[in-house]
Amino acid sequence: MATAHSRAAARLTMSPAVILLLGWMLIPLVMTLYFSFLRYNLLMPGTEEFIGTMNYQYFLTDPAFFAALGNTLALVGGVLVLTIAGGIGLALLLDQPFWGRGIVRLLVIAPFFVMPTVSALVWKNMLMNPVNGLFAAIAKGLGLQPFDFLAEAPLSSIIMIVTWQWLPFATLILLTALQSLDRERLEAAEMDGAGAVDRFIHIILPHLARAMTVVTLIQTIFLLSVFAEILVTTNGGPGTATTNITYLVYAQSLLQFDVGGGSAGGIVAVVLANIVAVFLMRMIGRNLDI
Amino acid sequence: MARAATNRHKLVVTLIAWTVGIVIFFPILWTALTSFKTEAEAVATPPTFLAFHWTLENYSEVQQRSDYFLHFWNSVVISVGSTLLGLLVAVPAAWSMAFVPGKRTRDVLMWMLSTKMLPPVGVLIPIYLLFRDFGLLDSRVGLVIVLTLINLPIIVWMLFTYFREIPGEILEASRMDGAGLRDEILFVLLPMAVPGIASTLLLNIILAWNEAFWTLNLSASQSAPLTAFIASYSSPEGLFYAKLSAASTMAVAPILVLGWFSQKQLVRGLTFGAVK
Repeated sequence: MATAHSRAAARLTMSPAVILLLGWMLIPLVMTLYFSFLRYNLLMPGTEEFIGTMNYQYFLTDPAFFAALGNTLALVGGVLVLTIAGGIGLALLLDQPFWGRGIVRLLVIAPFFVMPTVSALVWKNMLMNPVNGLFAAIAKGLGLQPFDFLAEAPLSSIIMIVTWQWLPFATLILLTALQSLDRERLEAAEMDGAGAVDRFIHIILPHLARAMTVVTLIQTIFLLSVFAEILVTTNGGPGTATTNITYLVYAQSLLQFDVGGGSAGGIVAVVLANIVAVFLMRMIGRNLDI
Repeated sequence: MARAATNRHKLVVTLIAWTVGIVIFFPILWTALTSFKTEAEAVATPPTFLAFHWTLENYSEVQQRSDYFLHFWNSVVISVGSTLLGLLVAVPAAWSMAFVPGKRTRDVLMWMLSTKMLPPVGVLIPIYLLFRDFGLLDSRVGLVIVLTLINLPIIVWMLFTYFREIPGEILEASRMDGAGLRDEILFVLLPMAVPGIASTLLLNIILAWNEAFWTLNLSASQSAPLTAFIASYSSPEGLFYAKLSAASTMAVAPILVLGWFSQKQLVRGLTFGAVK
């Protein structure tokens, strides 16, 4: 039914969004790529020169890079496992009928709306602080030695904070998926004598597979870029114990003013994210019927 | 008998669910409570839960010491401004993709989505240098521009999934009646699209309010929204728990309320329609 006239109008209405995003993506990305082949330090203006792949060689052989890569994988993997396992448990719980379901649902999703700097600082100071924190008070009350979370288990502590932030997202998506499950199938399985565990493994889990994939992929995109939580709690330390790739690139470019090296790191981060993005895009594209 | 068993089961589930819910919510509750304590009571051992001397002094002190409402206002301007600007660009685009899809519509949509997957550090340096050269560092205008661009794909996608649910026959009928393109959008499409646009607006304000990569890297004292302002509490002087709590409570409360209203749209918006 679309006429030539409306097609032309359609292209016209689409163009601002397309041009803006194209500009936003292409121009800076090309600049980053260009900088990554230069010796370019903001503290030494005028000394820029082409040095080929030196920045990459330097960045990819830096011990800090391997530490950051390991930390990034641990952070993403740890948070994914915890949020998905916890999310399935919470979804199953919230799917049951009980009194005050709406309110509990609101309580559970609340952490998602807390800005990253607030949640990180609240956890760091008011809960995890070894002197004044609530966890220390509880430990003392039980006659235990308070544990200095961010000094002794920095990465695990950050995984905990980020898990708290993302658990609501996983729960909400898995709960939405769970509620679309055909109840009659569960009842039929129960009549056939399938126990709760069997029903979970053979009916519920397969039904949730799609939602779990979506949660995994979307969270991975965001978790690869965790930044504020690290900046305000540990500054990437002690040493490089909590430096992820995002923080490493930030430190190299905006703290050490090494534009060339930081740009090479940025390109490496783009490549890593693209590996995940390809899977996510394929999955979303499959459900998109135009 | 069966009835009693069901009720007992329901009671057990109720107890477990409320316990879990309160544990998850506890850090927020604790922050809100601490904001009403004095600094001394905020670090008291053992901690006081409700039986403390309630005070509002932290709220006034946070404002006096650091011009809190400047940063609050920055957050409002940046999140609402970037959302409105984004809608202005995205509504026409999503409209044409939903109602006049062409051969490439699908590719354009997927490509827009792919820009969202670009890690921000990949473009941090050029954006920082461009902003420096154009005098946009530490300006609200600069942050509005960046947040508009990073959330544009989500806005287009959300609107697209809503618009696609509007039956195309209605548009054809209005066209038969002689409605032009402008009338079609203004009088037929917009009224039907208002709920979708409203939820897109809501979710995007939340995302922009809490964005903490670009706001931390591109703002300083003048344009800092609450995300960046609160970060300054990471290297505090003296006792600060109660003041941190007051600043945090004011930063989180409005968006938490908006978030509770938009919880249904959240799933659709953040999964790009892959889960509804």
